[in-house]
Amino acid sequence: MIRLSLPATDAEIAALKVGDQVWLSGTIITGRDAAHHYMIENFIKREPPESERQMYEILRCALAGNVIYHCGPVVAKENGKYRFVAAGPTTSIREEPYEHLVIEKFNVKGVIGKGGMGAKTLEACRKFKAAYFHAIGGAATYIAQSVKEVIDVYKLDLGVPEAMWLIRVEDFPAVVTMDSHGGSLHAEVEARSKQKLEELLSTIK
Amino acid sequence: MHLNDNFKDDLVEFIRRTSVELPDDVIISLTRATQAEQPASAAASALQTILQNVQMSKLGTTPICQDTGTLIFYVDYPAAMSTIPLRKMIEAAVVEATAKSFLRPNAVDSLTGKNSGNNTGREFPVVHFEEWQEPQLRVRLMLKGGGCENVGAQYSLPNTKLGADRDIAGIKKVILDAAFQAQGKGCAPGILGVGIGGDRETSYMISKKQFFRRLDDRNANPVLAEIEDEVLAKANQLGIGPMGFGGKTTLLGVKADWAHRLPASFFVSVSYMCWADRRRTLIVRDGKVEIH
Repeated sequence: MIRLSLPATDAEIAALKVGDQVWLSGTIITGRDAAHHYMIENFIKREPPESERQMYEILRCALAGNVIYHCGPVVAKENGKYRFVAAGPTTSIREEPYEHLVIEKFNVKGVIGKGGMGAKTLEACRKFKAAYFHAIGGAATYIAQSVKEVIDVYKLDLGVPEAMWLIRVEDFPAVVTMDSHGGSLHAEVEARSKQKLEELLSTIK
Repeated sequence: MHLNDNFKDDLVEFIRRTSVELPDDVIISLTRATQAEQPASAAASALQTILQNVQMSKLGTTPICQDTGTLIFYVDYPAAMSTIPLRKMIEAAVVEATAKSFLRPNAVDSLTGKNSGNNTGREFPVVHFEEWQEPQLRVRLMLKGGGCENVGAQYSLPNTKLGADRDIAGIKKVILDAAFQAQGKGCAPGILGVGIGGDRETSYMISKKQFFRRLDDRNANPVLAEIEDEVLAKANQLGIGPMGFGGKTTLLGVKADWAHRLPASFFVSVSYMCWADRRRTLIVRDGKVEIH
């Protein structure tokens, strides 16, 4: 097990290899489909408009050297304070067209999600020194225990799952499945299973 | 059959249990899978985390997975029972279960992108009603997450790319391909529900209904039993493993059923259920409610 404190340095990210089991600690922000759409439309396709300037500064601080978590949590509000009840990862591949742009623009050092990502993100991980951390899909209660505090929430108008939640995590468990050296467990497993599939199809009569 | 006003509370409890408690047969199957993986591998540790999560969710009464999914209700009702008040009660129970954080608000307006905030909306929740000849009322519920729903697939035979003809071998080939295509993305190890024949709609419907079968049951139809066994054994040789980390257990089960088809059409529909196979049955018999 490797303990990684966030924000992380390029050297810390470069030391991570596919297959490493890690515990992440620090302040991270959630962002999934609608959040990526929002970032692309407002901060990447154009200069941030006046109305989104404040949000841009918040994200710049939250994401620099840090990780973005593909997650749409179940949240409870008790005595005016939010608490994460269930908070596993969502499927990352939907952000494949956008993530490399977000990594570059905001100097993101890692993505937490599930299912892995494709060639564009892998290349961005190599070029800008970032890693993909695979959390255990469906292990929502277990992961929520590592979320110690909900610091703030942005874009709540997108709905609870799609909002951007700034959270403090301690010992968040994940496995590195894409590293900053071009390694991808997903590409490996897919290639291996593809070969096996061909072999198995020929045995079905 | 008359349902008293407390029935809504029973439905809320039914939804809570479906969201926080994994069925026994699924837990047993996951436990076996854990023992089969190489100790200390990413696959083994993923399964251990999953089992720990299952236990914590039950004890803490929190959702097993934050994606509490599409709520799909199948209601079998006795003769002369009106379904309109029942639908209203189901909807009210869904709203309450959402307010209590047993469910995540998941209903998004497809045109505006706005989340309704309470899990109700157009065709949401999904409720299928069917009259049956039994005196009791049966409500079955599954929570079907989006990650696994996205990796479902419908094949039309013949499929030249896979060398799948309009025969039993062709059926097996496309199901195996669906397991490959899903990789770990549907939260493996998952369960495949298969609908053979029918039109596109019925075919998918049959595939989803299979998720109510216990993992340890055996198909009474020997042809289907053979399809299920062979595809399961072969899928577990693909090496995709839990979460797609590589490993021995890619699927926990394959369950199939069939319908008559048109001469021109031959659909094989494959639905994927993640390891968090959340399903429960509620029965109302002689005014008493049981949840299984």
